Amino acid sequence: MTDRAHTDARIKTLIEPFNKKEIAVEDGTRFAQDLEWDSLTVLDFVATIEDEFDILITMNQQAEIETVAQLVDAVEKLKAA
Amino acid sequence: MSDLFSKFDPLIAQREALLSTGLTDPFNLVMEEVVSPTVAICNGRRTILLGTYNYMGMTFDPDVIAAGKAALDEYGSGTTGSRVLNGTYSPHKACEEALKTFYAMDHAMVFSTGYQANLGIISTIAGKEDYVVLDVDSHASIYDGCALGNAQIVTFRHNDVDALEKRLKRLPEGAKSLVILEGVYSMLGDVAPLKEMVAVSKAAGAMVLVDEAHSMGFIGENGRGVAEDQGVIDDVDFIIGTFSKSVGTVGGFCVSNHPKFEILRLVCRPYVFTASLPPSVVATAATSIAKLMHGAEKRAHLWDNSRKLHAGLKALGFTLGTDTPQSAIIAVIMPDLETGARMWEALLGEGLYVNLARPPATPGNITLLRCSLCAEHTDDQVDQILTMFEAAGRATGCIG
Repeated sequence: MTDRAHTDARIKTLIEPFNKKEIAVEDGTRFAQDLEWDSLTVLDFVATIEDEFDILITMNQQAEIETVAQLVDAVEKLKAA
Repeated sequence: MSDLFSKFDPLIAQREALLSTGLTDPFNLVMEEVVSPTVAICNGRRTILLGTYNYMGMTFDPDVIAAGKAALDEYGSGTTGSRVLNGTYSPHKACEEALKTFYAMDHAMVFSTGYQANLGIISTIAGKEDYVVLDVDSHASIYDGCALGNAQIVTFRHNDVDALEKRLKRLPEGAKSLVILEGVYSMLGDVAPLKEMVAVSKAAGAMVLVDEAHSMGFIGENGRGVAEDQGVIDDVDFIIGTFSKSVGTVGGFCVSNHPKFEILRLVCRPYVFTASLPPSVVATAATSIAKLMHGAEKRAHLWDNSRKLHAGLKALGFTLGTDTPQSAIIAVIMPDLETGARMWEALLGEGLYVNLARPPATPGNITLLRCSLCAEHTDDQVDQILTMFEAAGRATGCIG
């Protein structure tokens, strides 16, 4: 498994406890519109991702992340930084 | 028709659904007469106030009222100007002196509201390259201060010392940072572990700002707040506070010992580009603050009230926001918004006003009835409050 594929799999696993609508999570799944997360849920989920990968995702960066694939890319970039 | 207001449609629909059941609008109450810090006339009915933040009951203090009247006569109804132009009168300086004395700090800056104090200080001192690290349950004014500024914003789980420390360690090498904490969190009335949080923040080289809006006047030996109570006030760089709670009027402030603090008066936009408080308001605030310094007996009675109400509500079977009484706020958790609104209305019918708090202002999207006690509530009133909660709780099925 490549690093990116590994990150992708971990993120999709970590989404599940927050996936109250139990929708199928794809690369293009959007956090706000498809998963229908409110701002508090987003912050709770971000904390989980930050601790999993030992990174920080600032609120400024979060504003740019709409989909699962964008989150995977952002995490990959932040891990490398 | 779709226009700019379409985004509010879900909220409009939720409100209409709630009100169509015949419920009184919980966000539209009018107090026709205010009898005292603890009693008002609402809908023609004598009502005990248990949701005002008027913790120390200073709103009708005779010295406070006299100071306001004298300032009104002497200085007129308003300043019509900014603090940095024509809006600083002697009473504004006297008010800042009263704050410096109260907190034993070198500098004090008075804003027109507590909201603006947070907006101004946060957005001004944290620049684009800087990091602001804040508790996820922070007050709206703190989030809005972050949004107004350009800094990088990082949140951590509520009151979680370990989560804060981890994030501080992940900040880029050499980045300057501001940690923002609150002494008392106003939704659940829980207190922050400031001793530990300030220590990890200082160890990481961060500056620390503590919002003590809900603790001023009655927490800590001199009423300076949770930071004083936990022995870390000397390590706190900025304390933000308000005049609209224990002080009993309106306005906000920041106190600090930072040697360059005064420059903020020229660069802080929410301070510069708004009119200053009316002289009567700052005169009442100064008098009230001076009196709060000697409020040990009132503080003790307020704590008695808090303990008594907390124990009483718990015994009745209500679910509370904290296991123990930690402040003058006691949050009664409701199963959902509809039950919360019905309970709120039932309490009002009994002659008791509390705050109905609901998402998104609440942590975890819960609905709660927020009770805030006053040092002027008598033992007898607390007994009456408990009787009213019991009757309303049974009528709405909140308790068995």
